[in-house]
Amino acid sequence: MTVIEKNVCCTPSEMSSEAFTLGPLQLGPPCCDPEPHIQIKNLSLSYADKTALSGVSLDIYRGCITALIGPSGCGKTSFLSSLNRLTDMIAGCKIKGEILVDSVNVHAANTDVQALRRRIGMIFQKPNPFPLSIRRNLEMPLKEHGIRDRYVLSHRVEKALTDVGLWDEVKDRLDSPALALSGGQQQRLCIARALVLEPEILLMDEPCSALDPLSSAVVEDLIKSLRGRYTVVIVTHNLAQARRIANYAGFFWMQERTGTLIEFGRCQQIFEAPAHQLTAAYVSGARG
Amino acid sequence: MSRSRTDQPLISVLAISAVIAAAILLLILLFLLRESWPVLNKVGILRFFTDDGWYPLEARFGLAPMLWATLAVGIGAVLVATPLGLAATLFTRFYAPRWLALPFQRMVALLAGIPSVVFGLWGLTVLVPFIAAFEPPGASLLAGILILTIMILPTIALTADAALAAVPEHYLRGSAALGFSRATTILGVLLPAAKAGITGGILLAAARALGETMAVLMVAGNVVQTPTSLFDPIRTLTANIALEMAYATGDHRASLFVSGLMLMGLVLVLAMSASRLGGGRLHG
Repeated sequence: MTVIEKNVCCTPSEMSSEAFTLGPLQLGPPCCDPEPHIQIKNLSLSYADKTALSGVSLDIYRGCITALIGPSGCGKTSFLSSLNRLTDMIAGCKIKGEILVDSVNVHAANTDVQALRRRIGMIFQKPNPFPLSIRRNLEMPLKEHGIRDRYVLSHRVEKALTDVGLWDEVKDRLDSPALALSGGQQQRLCIARALVLEPEILLMDEPCSALDPLSSAVVEDLIKSLRGRYTVVIVTHNLAQARRIANYAGFFWMQERTGTLIEFGRCQQIFEAPAHQLTAAYVSGARG
Repeated sequence: MSRSRTDQPLISVLAISAVIAAAILLLILLFLLRESWPVLNKVGILRFFTDDGWYPLEARFGLAPMLWATLAVGIGAVLVATPLGLAATLFTRFYAPRWLALPFQRMVALLAGIPSVVFGLWGLTVLVPFIAAFEPPGASLLAGILILTIMILPTIALTADAALAAVPEHYLRGSAALGFSRATTILGVLLPAAKAGITGGILLAAARALGETMAVLMVAGNVVQTPTSLFDPIRTLTANIALEMAYATGDHRASLFVSGLMLMGLVLVLAMSASRLGGGRLHG
């Protein structure tokens, strides 16, 4: 099996879409120089009555798409939420271990959570635009982070909407309610709302699973286009999707009643030559 | 919708109940119209707005001062109670420690259950003398507004709390993930999301304020005049009915029914604006 080594993640515009079919994988390129953007060291996460995750260590590489796969309830979403400290919102949630984003310790007591979340955008399973106009949805994050200049605001709004391919669809009705958009448009608006802050990292929790197949494909193409510009961590139950878009993949599984990371590696390796038999069983559809 | 045979009994029960509810409203309206008809027919509806005084025995039927008084006391109470009720709700829901928030909410709920005549008693013996100390006579528009404020505040606070509690969790997470402060989350996301429910509560409270009789009657002084200051004694349409119905006959009696019609008109306008606002939910 020859791996076609392409400098994929650094030149997203050169990628042809045929390269990401289910055919011979050209994925899992050595992403420029794999440079850790987020380092997770021996992370354990527990809620009041149960341990959701234990002993997770991995590096997430800058500019790459990292897919987290595995059955429901094995801690993928908990893991994702711990990266931007959204776990703070859950009473009784305790974190052990260390998460470093460019050597900033995420869970240190003196970390500026608001500044951290500005660097780390998050997209949820269910599109959640605020019940405001399209424009207000995008301007509010900017204003919250101190940008008031009218010209800058409208420029950044247009840029974010263009980036997600929504500009032409909504430019004539920016002041109409965001909730009147279709599900796929709403999800793209949510991605635009995250992008408008110019984050470095995007966390995505099953961003396509609540969408119809066509919208899902549009959003998936959009995520693919983010490669190289953002560090993307995406939780997905759609193995084919993970295969199509990810550079790296991590496989989570329940072991001894707690979720844990079984295997992490280049996407292609995880899908075609998994080292662990659980991974092999899961990606082949035999288990999970 | 397809109707299977098992639906039939349920449909009948529901339909009958609906007809009864609608019929009662219609009958009350018809009754009001019938009772007020003699005087409406004789002097015309316009005279009730244009006559320069309320001397029904001398055929002067000016209800306008009482209409203005009713509106002034109702709107005043809503204007005072809305910020207070909203602030109390936001504080207990988002900032107060648990040990304070829970008893506070219980107390507000209890406040909603106090009979209006008790508020009236308290207003008569405490509030009116207190206002009189600054600006006699004390029984005034201001006293009416304050009493009504206390009465409708729980309605506004409780409905706002329920509306905020019903805001989907994903708005909160989305807001947190964007690095919003708590203040921005509340003002920028939660309040717009709960707007329909909060507005509904305010309109409900306004309807109660317009319709409240006893407490206002006890503290407002009941002088028929268009209020020009907060310290003027006023008489509301409801108080007018309650005060004079016992001895009114003939055209006088009929003109009291016109007061009732006018009140219903006010509440109808309110209900219509409520449904319009409710229908605009998506455009928040």
